[in-house]
Amino acid sequence: MSLTTAPAASSTDDALASEPQRPRRVPAIGKSFAMFRNGKSLTGLAILGVFVVIAVFAPLIAPYDPLEKDFTALRQGPSAAHWLGTTHMGEDVFSQVVYGTRGVLVVGFLAGIIATFVAVLVGVAAGYWSGWKSESLSALTNVFLVIPGLPLIIIVASQYEDPPLILVAGVLAITGWAWGARVLRAQTMSLRNRDFVQAAKANGEKLWRIIAVEMLPNLTAIIASSFVGTVTAAVLGLTTLAFIGVIPITNLNWGTILFWAQQNGAFPDYWWWYVPAGLCIALLGMALSLINFGIDEYVNPRLRSAGERARAMRKKGLAMDGGVTEVRVGQGSAP
Amino acid sequence: MRFILRRLAFYAFTAWAAITINFFLPRMMKGDPVSAYLAKNQGKVSPEAIDSLRTLFGVDTDKSLFQQYLDYWGLMLHGDLGVSTSNGLAPVSDVIATALPWTLGLVGIATVLSFLIGTSLGSVIGWRRGSRADWAVPFATFFSTVPYFWMGLIVIAVFSTTLGWFPASHAYDKGTSPNWSWDFVGQVIAHGTLPALTIVVASLGGWVLGMRNMMITVLDEDYVTVAQAKGLHQRRVLTQYASRNAVLPQLSSFALALGFIVGGTLVMELVFSYPGVGKLLLDATGAKDYPLMQGLFLVITLAVLVANILADVAYAALDPRTRQMES
Repeated sequence: MSLTTAPAASSTDDALASEPQRPRRVPAIGKSFAMFRNGKSLTGLAILGVFVVIAVFAPLIAPYDPLEKDFTALRQGPSAAHWLGTTHMGEDVFSQVVYGTRGVLVVGFLAGIIATFVAVLVGVAAGYWSGWKSESLSALTNVFLVIPGLPLIIIVASQYEDPPLILVAGVLAITGWAWGARVLRAQTMSLRNRDFVQAAKANGEKLWRIIAVEMLPNLTAIIASSFVGTVTAAVLGLTTLAFIGVIPITNLNWGTILFWAQQNGAFPDYWWWYVPAGLCIALLGMALSLINFGIDEYVNPRLRSAGERARAMRKKGLAMDGGVTEVRVGQGSAP
Repeated sequence: MRFILRRLAFYAFTAWAAITINFFLPRMMKGDPVSAYLAKNQGKVSPEAIDSLRTLFGVDTDKSLFQQYLDYWGLMLHGDLGVSTSNGLAPVSDVIATALPWTLGLVGIATVLSFLIGTSLGSVIGWRRGSRADWAVPFATFFSTVPYFWMGLIVIAVFSTTLGWFPASHAYDKGTSPNWSWDFVGQVIAHGTLPALTIVVASLGGWVLGMRNMMITVLDEDYVTVAQAKGLHQRRVLTQYASRNAVLPQLSSFALALGFIVGGTLVMELVFSYPGVGKLLLDATGAKDYPLMQGLFLVITLAVLVANILADVAYAALDPRTRQMES
């Protein structure tokens, strides 16, 4: 679970209950993407899209092979031939960053998909059931929330000489699903007693139908937000693991570049070697956070309108943080 | 009272789960690191140490799994975590004991500072919603997504190598040994400033954003309007009414984010060569010192649990509802 999303998501947790949505039999495609239709989410999606394009078309974008060595140009600064300079072996840093996008995105999304699947399974089950089943699933979730993930991943990964990527993604997912499950459980519990679910039950609908058709459409925003949160955490986790060298160096990603840079004395003089990879991690993380802020604002309208309302009041000459009594003196009518 | 009992039961359960994970981890792995090591170093390891290593790593397959589990618990209750193969066969608990204070001091102080500063900043930014303070949000977002270790490397490059203001690594100057002189305390502060600063800056953004969002939600509540209608002083409304309620979810996030923060700070220690448990864990990984790795995982998890208990105590102090349960 990422620190970025954790505190932000907690507001979602409380505020969700206040916004009932009409369940739809056949959710319109446009409607289910409404949560992304705001400035923040769109900006985040655009940045993410650029990274996806870079990853897919890496061989076309990168001017060199990431491991192609040019011994006539060692530790060169940025130039027309090497946009981001070269490493100690004459490898092109720009090409490495471009190809590194692949490893990061593949592992990040794989971990996100696995973790979201587990989170939906556990969270919705824990929220729909009541009694000891719900309590024990909730206790399991909390245990996984509390156990520090990174040390566990380091220990598991270090038992393998060459941990396959699917294993790395799997372990990142196992340590990352709990936050989503917790938020989903809270929301499912509040959905469980709504009229439309009760009506569906009274109609004798099957359990899977109640969950898949009545409940899941109302959970999409939280599921999306927990997916994005897990991907962020997985990207940070993967680059960290690569940086400390527990992931095979054959898997080229941004963390590997930083690993090589630190191993070969790039700090502090060869800035072109270590600054771009780190900035890419931060940029990708920021894009994912922006998507999540957009979802948060969609789910919690107070977040969306707070700034606008405050500005509107100020235009009328009212102070948002002024006391209510003094504001209305001489104002005539209340806004 | 019920609140405390429930939480205690949960912590006991988590501690049990962590120890059980630690029991099963080496048993699920394919290799058998201990037998190989013991075969290589025959005669150097005492028979008792061999026994405990065999129990810790599941080589004692001649016993039933349940008996192995009981033996394992026996070792845990005696505080016997085996011997560290990369530290001259010193007991793992001793090796960890030398590293733990450094991490507790550095990470503890930096995390609490970051939480306090971030929460205060967040409540002010939330209070002044719609003003220029909103510009802090994108910056907070950026800093909350920068990886800890990368920021540490940049900080070293700028403040240590280029400007030379602070030493880049270790917890105190080379050639000195820990003692209680002013000189040594000064060294520890000089060496700890950069890592602590990095942890504070890297984790600040999350707290700012979380608190801001909670404040905006809370400020719409009726009790805030009532407090303002009563003509209470603005500062009183901010601190006693809005912030006090907004900080509760923030505290639960703090408890839950701890595991994540600890993970990030462990790598920081590698970057700064800080002699804490993080560096120890990574050194142990490099040296394939499995007993030390297992022991460290257990100690780190238990430390996070203790920090969670402290966060719960703070929660109970701030939220009267948890205390009223008993009536």
